[in-house]
Amino acid sequence: MHISEGILSAPVLVTGAGLTATAVGYSLKKMEHKEVPKVAILSSVFFVASLIHVPLGPSSVHLILNGIIGLLLGWSAFPAILVALAFQGVLFQIGGITTLGVNTLNMAFPAIICFYLFNRGVRSENNFIALTLAFVCGFLAVLLSGTMVAVALVFTGEPFIQVAKLALIAHLPVMILEGALTVFCIGFLRKVRPEILEI
Amino acid sequence: MIKEKFSKGDSFFHKLDPRVKIVVTLLFSVIVAVSDKYTSLWGALFLAVAAVIVARLRTKEVISRLLVVNSFIFLLWLMLPFTFQGEKVYTLGSLGISQEGIKYALLITIKSNSIILVGIALLSTSSIFNLVHALRHLHLPDKLVQLFFFTYRYIHTIHSEYIRLNNALKIRGFKPQTNLHTYKTYAYLVGMMLVRSYDRSKRVYNAMLCRGFKGKFWTLNHFVSKKADFAAGIVMISCVMGLVLLS
Repeated sequence: MHISEGILSAPVLVTGAGLTATAVGYSLKKMEHKEVPKVAILSSVFFVASLIHVPLGPSSVHLILNGIIGLLLGWSAFPAILVALAFQGVLFQIGGITTLGVNTLNMAFPAIICFYLFNRGVRSENNFIALTLAFVCGFLAVLLSGTMVAVALVFTGEPFIQVAKLALIAHLPVMILEGALTVFCIGFLRKVRPEILEI
Repeated sequence: MIKEKFSKGDSFFHKLDPRVKIVVTLLFSVIVAVSDKYTSLWGALFLAVAAVIVARLRTKEVISRLLVVNSFIFLLWLMLPFTFQGEKVYTLGSLGISQEGIKYALLITIKSNSIILVGIALLSTSSIFNLVHALRHLHLPDKLVQLFFFTYRYIHTIHSEYIRLNNALKIRGFKPQTNLHTYKTYAYLVGMMLVRSYDRSKRVYNAMLCRGFKGKFWTLNHFVSKKADFAAGIVMISCVMGLVLLS
């Protein structure tokens, strides 16, 4: 879901970088020193998850997990995702410097939306409610990310509309997969280590 | 293991001050990304290829990195020539291939490849620790720099944790397929990674507090900018500025 270097137009790049810089600045200010290791842990989980390929029909996709990152971190998801994407850029040449702002925004904004929408719900005492919301959370995070990628492409130029549509459609199965994964993962954490969810 | 494949070597770029490299790469990438003139973009590609040659990297490895990037660009080549309005150079049934579309796809290809090549030649020739150290000197917020340090450290431990868990799965005959069982297993694997790394982060932080950590990282070996670093920086920046003049 990374947008590579050289594709987006200057206004889109500048908007992405500006919004990401503001959000990262705000969240760093809110973050306490003792939280830094925890944020770094989730940042690296996000990084490592992108290396885990799971089969999906004839091909395979890598895990995204921005929904879970949002649930666990709230606003700190912004710096966490920024750092992970920066490392992906330097180590694997995936994404890049000029697109770092846009790519971080596309991943982290949905994470924060999920935090505000489902923060209480997935910690609910009712298991059924919690797990249903976990599915919606995983699904919605990818849907929003895909939509934002599409919007970034369309704002770059109208001829990209087809590419944008394709990108969004290709992510439909991924949304369902991420939803299912989020259900099991949240279910696992609720059973094994509820402290992580701060229940 | 996650390796910094290009970071070892003794070329000019391997020895150059990382601060200079970061500034030049950033400047180059931004200028190329917003440029849309062919003359300056061909110039940029020329500079990028020259930089990779100077960095004396393994060609095979560089090409394999480029292939990954270009696989996505290839997709654009399949679509853009058909979706662009303008003069048609060739018609294929109801589909017309427009010249504008081809030009645009070429533009993106040059931009993308030049930025990636310069990134490989300049940034990837430093170790991550040096780059992050340099970010500190470039006055990024303290907490962000610490995040970079910690994250890089944990990426390795979490990745080896993943490999350990994955081996345990393989030994028990787990074969990933498209079914719910597979997804459940992977979700539990991620959950376990989270649990283990949470515990680890607590231990590490407590150990740091014991050793007097007060929220500040001290650096022991500072960069020493030599005159050569300054000179190289100025030459490279003027090359990049030359690109602006070309357009």
